[in-house]
Amino acid sequence: MSNEQREVILSVKHVDITFDKFKAVKDANFDIYKGETFALVGESGSGKTTIGRAIMRINPCSAGEILFEGKRISGKISKEEDRNVVRNIQMIFQDPAASLNERATIEYCVSEGLYNFHLYKDEEDRIAKVDHALESVGLLPEHKSRYPHEFSGGQRQRVGIARAMIMDPKFIVADEPISALDVSIRAQVLNLMNKLKAEKNLTYLFIAHDLSVVRFIADRIAVIHHGEIVEIADSETLFKFPVHPYTISLLSAVPMPDPVVERTRRAIVYDPSVLDQSGEKREMREIRPGHFVYCTNREYGDYEDKMLQMEREMA
Amino acid sequence: MEETRQVILSAKDIEVKFRVRDNYLTAIRNVSLDLYQGETFAIVGESGSGKSVFTKTFTGMLESNGSITNGSVMFEGKDLTKLKTDKDWEGIRGAKISTIFQDPMTSLNPIRTIGSQITEVIEKHQGVSRAEAKKQAIQIMERVGIVDAANRFDEYPFQYSGGMRQRIVIAIALSCHPEILICDEPTTALDVTIQAQIISLIRDLQKELGFTTLYITHDLGVVANVADRVGVMYGGQIIEYGTVEEVFFDPRHPYTWALLSSLPQLGVKGEDLFYITGTPPSLYNEIKGDAFAPRNEHALKIDFEQEPPFFKVSDTHYAKTWLLDPRAPKLEKPEVIRDLHEKIKKMTDKGGAFHVE
Repeated sequence: MSNEQREVILSVKHVDITFDKFKAVKDANFDIYKGETFALVGESGSGKTTIGRAIMRINPCSAGEILFEGKRISGKISKEEDRNVVRNIQMIFQDPAASLNERATIEYCVSEGLYNFHLYKDEEDRIAKVDHALESVGLLPEHKSRYPHEFSGGQRQRVGIARAMIMDPKFIVADEPISALDVSIRAQVLNLMNKLKAEKNLTYLFIAHDLSVVRFIADRIAVIHHGEIVEIADSETLFKFPVHPYTISLLSAVPMPDPVVERTRRAIVYDPSVLDQSGEKREMREIRPGHFVYCTNREYGDYEDKMLQMEREMA
Repeated sequence: MEETRQVILSAKDIEVKFRVRDNYLTAIRNVSLDLYQGETFAIVGESGSGKSVFTKTFTGMLESNGSITNGSVMFEGKDLTKLKTDKDWEGIRGAKISTIFQDPMTSLNPIRTIGSQITEVIEKHQGVSRAEAKKQAIQIMERVGIVDAANRFDEYPFQYSGGMRQRIVIAIALSCHPEILICDEPTTALDVTIQAQIISLIRDLQKELGFTTLYITHDLGVVANVADRVGVMYGGQIIEYGTVEEVFFDPRHPYTWALLSSLPQLGVKGEDLFYITGTPPSLYNEIKGDAFAPRNEHALKIDFEQEPPFFKVSDTHYAKTWLLDPRAPKLEKPEVIRDLHEKIKKMTDKGGAFHVE
């Protein structure tokens, strides 16, 4: 399906986010389509979590706006609108241990959103909803009376997901949801997120630093560096035709599980001095349908050459 | 070839127990390992497998409720398990055997300058003057890639980025010319591009200075990059070891299969990733048979009853699984990790997802 025909669920429009004088995010501009997994990939300090938190209305935007289902959700909005955002946009955190109240039972942890929004008819209904949420993430109703510390890391992340799912959200911001987990557990959580997405027609913003994980889960990927989104493309295109030098450096740094390949593989260090230093303002340009790169006029020319060369080689 | 290489450290039948309230937890169950001079050995395992605890016995850094209840660690003719006090360890820990940890801030003092923390170590271990120590410190800072080292000498850790701090920790570790460098998840807290730089820095320094490196990591990608030999740990034991090629291309233990199979690099979009069901064994209870059996879909009856010995695959490759017993049914490794090299090569060759130029 071409992107024009798809329904946009969330729009980040020319958003700046500033802390004191520090611009953490500069001119972030992208749409997320209903039902997709959109990944935001970057290193620590790149601003990826800051964008996620701006969508959650935790960080205010200093310029630009964020639209959810066509309505502005950044800046001042009515109390009712705010409640609507909190219900429909839920978050999954990196460290499940830190995001769960260790003194509360799993039943309470999972019910918290229901309590806050009175989203249940009576006790019976609330418990049914908790059981259902736990089952949907592969946990059992009898886990309700336990405490977070009685669970393994993977199970705790499932509780974190159940806590979000019970609100029946439309959109989920998943901030490095598997980074703190062991390799074998990561796969379980990724599979679970894919299953829930298919069952409930969810949309994900998946924040990550690891391109190997993102390739597996994302439909489209945005690469962010120092607060600027430098490249956006659908997942396959970004891996096949990366044009921005930072994207290329990030790709080259993914370690491959093969000692023979690794012996000759060299990580490419990103050198921003290869960019156009003229001071011309960069903007997101569409180099191929759906493939955007942040660049000046001259850089666009360079990227176009690179693109043509890659296309010739692939043909 | 192995016979001609010199063993620099030899751990034999190590058992480590921790006292937790009124209970004993057995974290390491009879693990042996010979480290060869100049090699890079990687221990890979998930959290709780015992990889850190095992190597802490080489530097006497077990937490105070832990103790070595069996075995020996021979290094330069001394049994390190017999050393008790800090004084006993003097000249070995931090001098001949140094450790780099995951979080550089666990090794650096936040309220002292970078320079003073390096010079202190040089002064102490080499007995040189302060001026000479400073000169050496700046040299070594430059060597680990600190640009403008002389001017950054008087800065504090918070003024350095995470990657730079880890470079400083490496500088400190190397300033006393250790024989063995233990790298305990040295890049886990760092970004991928920085990780690649730190790994290649350690490799270059090893070539230059000739020390032996022991990596501890959960990341098989990192292992493939750094290791000459690999040991896979599970439930407090090494369950398979061999050269890096043997372990990646011809793994024999079902746990090694499972670990390799769950790598996201091997995932196919639209299909479920492989994952290991269940949870690791509780180390509070006695483990009967093969510790991985309850999570192993290929487990044999005997896996639940009797602990497997190490079976020899080659002179350098051993695995602790009953599948290698001549009486066991022939079982092939899972499809996803067959022809691993061909698969990965396709991904990194022209046209592949991880190809770059």
